[in-house]
Amino acid sequence: MPEDITAELESEELVPPAEPKAAHQPLDKAIESQADLSAEINAIGEAYRRALKDGGQPEIQPRLDYPPYRSSILRHPTKSLQHADPETIELYSPAFGHQDVHALESDLTIQHNGEPLGERIIVSGKVLDGDGRPVAGQLVEIWQANSSGRYIHKRDQHPAPIDPNFTGIGRCITGPDGSYRFTTIKPGAYPWKNHLNAWRPAHIHFSLFGTEFTQRIITQMYFPGDQLFPLDPIYQTIVDQDARDRLVATYDHSLTEPEWALGYNWDIVLTGPKRTWTENEALGAAGDEE
Amino acid sequence: MTKLVPTPGQTVGPFYGYALPFEKDNELLPPGFPGSIRLQGTVYDGAGHTIPDAILEIWQPDADGKVVQRTGSLVRDGYTFTGWGRGAVGNSGVFTFTTVNPGPTKPGAAPFISVALFARGLTNRLFTRIYLPEDTEALANDPLLSSLDPERRKTLIARRDPDGGLTWDIRLQGEGETVFLDFQ
Repeated sequence: MPEDITAELESEELVPPAEPKAAHQPLDKAIESQADLSAEINAIGEAYRRALKDGGQPEIQPRLDYPPYRSSILRHPTKSLQHADPETIELYSPAFGHQDVHALESDLTIQHNGEPLGERIIVSGKVLDGDGRPVAGQLVEIWQANSSGRYIHKRDQHPAPIDPNFTGIGRCITGPDGSYRFTTIKPGAYPWKNHLNAWRPAHIHFSLFGTEFTQRIITQMYFPGDQLFPLDPIYQTIVDQDARDRLVATYDHSLTEPEWALGYNWDIVLTGPKRTWTENEALGAAGDEE
Repeated sequence: MTKLVPTPGQTVGPFYGYALPFEKDNELLPPGFPGSIRLQGTVYDGAGHTIPDAILEIWQPDADGKVVQRTGSLVRDGYTFTGWGRGAVGNSGVFTFTTVNPGPTKPGAAPFISVALFARGLTNRLFTRIYLPEDTEALANDPLLSSLDPERRKTLIARRDPDGGLTWDIRLQGEGETVFLDFQ
């Protein structure tokens, strides 16, 4: 790997610090344009669609090796993943319960003295396994940018305002039917340093556990109709359109609350399970009740 | 039963640092607790550079090989071993956990710690295992290890430190690339 590429990888996403009233200046280091990146993204997409047409299997997970996402270049395994049959520990998941997570942690709009700015939303859905069984009593964690696209993180220095009333982290424990529900603020799009004028579509990071550790997943939920989808190298790490669509929430008016918040529905399906279930487990994890 | 298609993963991104870590996340037991050991390692990229923005989770049986199903990982009481922990690497790419040596989950099985790895630039989580180095007969009989050639096999076996702890590094790419697992 040439030195200059390595240096660029290390410096990406480090946008200059925000200064009061500073004029926005794109970094001259990021010389690749969106057109360059879009050409790469489209070429990979076309090759995939051709392969699919010729009878190839749909790819349901992101590619680990996806060069348009520049920081993946040195961070993907080059050898195939080794098939393994999960063994005892891998067929169970850590247990979380209401001892771990307070009920109020699912409302991201009440963590400070004042109301956060932006569009209040409800994001709700179910966590299911591959057999359609609800994943009950499990931990869901989310984090996101504020309404102007700024993260409360020292590495996010782009000149958009921090909202003193919004941190952007939430947790909950799924109900007996696998359901989760968060009240939050619709996140803004934010710029990053993959290439010049790179913008991430608005998204909420989701961290999920199943009933087996092999089901562990971290992913991102997006909002319907985002014009940045075709331009975003991270969303496009998933080359299959149907698979990409699984990350997009649905606007759901039945979740919308009058004069309060817009509702989005998003169900998550985990891989597996591999383990044979006992009747007791099928009724839901015991949580704190042990 | 109809199989549902799983939701794809996505990278953890660069900004998990204010969201995923929590107090004592990497202390499955407090340091110095009887029987506790330090598990440490460094995460490297394909150029051999350390990665400052990776986060790992470990999940393991207790010292007797029992799978623990106790809550309380996120609010640790200092006594309850839950078997699960989370540790972000520091600026130098080093992670540290305080835990116990896992026991064999059945007689003759090679004890190991299950690992999930997340990083900026890693488009989906990776699974792997950390085997204890001592029981060479169990290691030789392990179904996964015995399916690997010797060079790759050793990426999954930790080194025992003089203080009784374990050291195990992750190489995402290139020479000595860690074996990552597919369970599907």
